[in-house]
Amino acid sequence: MFHNNILLEVKNLKKYFPVRKGILRRVVAHVKAVDGIDMYIKEGETLGLVGESGCGKTTTGWTILRMANPTAGDIIFRSKKLAGPGEEYKEVDVGSASRKQLKSLRRDMQIIFQDPYSSLNPRMTVGAIVGEPLLVHGTAQGSELEDRVRYFLDAVGLKPDHMKRFPHEFSGGQRQRIMIARALSPEPQLIVADEPVSALDVSIQAQVLNLLEDLQKEFGLTYLFIAHDLSVVRYISNRVAVMYLGKIVELAETDELFANPRHPYTEALMSAVPVPDPDSNAERIHLEGDVPSPVNPPPGCNFHPRCGYAQAICKTDNPVYRDVGNNHFVTCHFADSLNLRPLWTG
Amino acid sequence: MPLLDVRNLKTYFYTEDGVVRAVDGVTFSIDPERTLGVVGESGCGKSVTARAIMRLIQSPGKIEAGEIFLNHDGETIDLTKLAPMGKKMRSIRGNKIAMIFQEPMTSLNPVYTIGNQITETIILHQGLRKKEARKRAIEMLTAVGISSPEQRVDEYPHQLSGGMRQRAMIAMALSCHPSLLIADEPTTALDVTIQAQVLDLMNDLRKKFRTSILFITHDLGVIAKMADHVVVMYLGKIVESAPVRGIFKDPKHPYTHGLMNSIPSLKMSRKKRLVPIKGIVPDLLEAPQGCGFEPRCPSAMEKCKAHIPPLKEVTPNHLAACWLYA
Repeated sequence: MFHNNILLEVKNLKKYFPVRKGILRRVVAHVKAVDGIDMYIKEGETLGLVGESGCGKTTTGWTILRMANPTAGDIIFRSKKLAGPGEEYKEVDVGSASRKQLKSLRRDMQIIFQDPYSSLNPRMTVGAIVGEPLLVHGTAQGSELEDRVRYFLDAVGLKPDHMKRFPHEFSGGQRQRIMIARALSPEPQLIVADEPVSALDVSIQAQVLNLLEDLQKEFGLTYLFIAHDLSVVRYISNRVAVMYLGKIVELAETDELFANPRHPYTEALMSAVPVPDPDSNAERIHLEGDVPSPVNPPPGCNFHPRCGYAQAICKTDNPVYRDVGNNHFVTCHFADSLNLRPLWTG
Repeated sequence: MPLLDVRNLKTYFYTEDGVVRAVDGVTFSIDPERTLGVVGESGCGKSVTARAIMRLIQSPGKIEAGEIFLNHDGETIDLTKLAPMGKKMRSIRGNKIAMIFQEPMTSLNPVYTIGNQITETIILHQGLRKKEARKRAIEMLTAVGISSPEQRVDEYPHQLSGGMRQRAMIAMALSCHPSLLIADEPTTALDVTIQAQVLDLMNDLRKKFRTSILFITHDLGVIAKMADHVVVMYLGKIVESAPVRGIFKDPKHPYTHGLMNSIPSLKMSRKKRLVPIKGIVPDLLEAPQGCGFEPRCPSAMEKCKAHIPPLKEVTPNHLAACWLYA
């Protein structure tokens, strides 16, 4: 399985956070936030990463950008900016990249955060915020810098005279546009969007989603789109990965995933989303209890305590993440035999 | 007779920058054992409406005009006439009308056990002894589906998960068997699978305790599941009011239309593009002269700029405040 247009490949990525106790701060346990995930992102596509709070989706994004050092695994990124003469790209392992390589990589990989209120420095003007990446990387200065900032503000639908204003003068949706302009200004290949619309009102959410789509086409961007809202993920993603307790339980093309879910957690998650239709009487699948602690995940398949289809083997054996055909990956012992419901046909 | 009848309610905030008309002439009613859904975006006045009913508006806010009639035990009380901290209002708040909030972590007191907080209400309003109140608290925790309630009753809020905390909040709110439960975005902070559990629980409890619910949310999916009747609010006013099927199957107001078109649905194919509402919600201090939605409305006419449209019946039982229908 070799794709020529893969931009990023993640192999067996793990990120554990130590839990320390006592005077000596001894490590007594680990929070297994990301516990061995494999995936790739193709150039120009949007990979949606969905799951409930604490499933490790944000940590995955952070580790891919090396905002957190991975505990194990490879993060292979095909960087255009690091490519030597005559090369189309250079493969870099983000996890072990040197400081110098990392600095250059940061121009290729950017992030948009969830909360546009706390992610913008209140003492910096919008112009300074959007222009800072260009200054740091020495790509533009003086009037050229100003032109670039104007260009990116225009691209996200803000006005040139917004440059001199401060973040508090803007609404939530506009602040998210500033964040997007800041992420765009170093001209990255990959943008990790971590819940970019969940703090916004519904009418504004649609504006930002459409903007992200337009920018993707215009600048040839690749997105890792992290969200908890299945409807939003379905709307924006080409492929979707569903995470649960640090693992990817299912990954497939968007339409395939929604029409043909193969993991019981995906089925339950889909059925839990309230549908804006009062006549919908689709039966809900009830998940009992809460997500277990990632410090001490259950043995075997970590979903088995909440799974309606669990059998003896699920309590003891860890299911393997495998391709069940059509690049549809599932982590379930019974992926081939379960007859799971898509929520809607048509 | 409706349980709660709100008429022309106005709640203004007198700030240094000017008067904020957070709730500006709102009329609705809730029948016994029914759920009224209130939808709208941030700043539309839905939470202020709830707080006004609870008489929890604090300075610089003030109930400017209107009546809030509560019909209870054959008695009709206008809540706006009561002193907010008076004996009568305090006997209603938490007892006949109870409220649950969005964030269970900040709404529960971290230094008291769950049991302490539930029994406080029961002892205060129902006059039960400590032992009996504790028994009732455990019963309530059982009713909201908390496992091993005898143990949980002595735990502190931080020892519970988000979903459990919200269940504890619901147990507290329902512990005096109120006739009206006000739920202000009760599941917004929860994960979808937990949200599904809590919503089903609320529907079950409504039937069991014969409570009416005023359900405030921005989530149209949640409204479709929970409400019998829906009011849509925008800039402090009700722009549309109809039974839940009418709102979803035949929305009248351009704002309701806009909301429906701007949410991605699981049903929707990826190929379709979202149609957002243009612009942003105006600042309440600079609210438009005429219809509040006029600057963002695709069907705006000359008339909309200067004149506020009245909320009028368009089809039986379906009201909209729009010049398209007036």
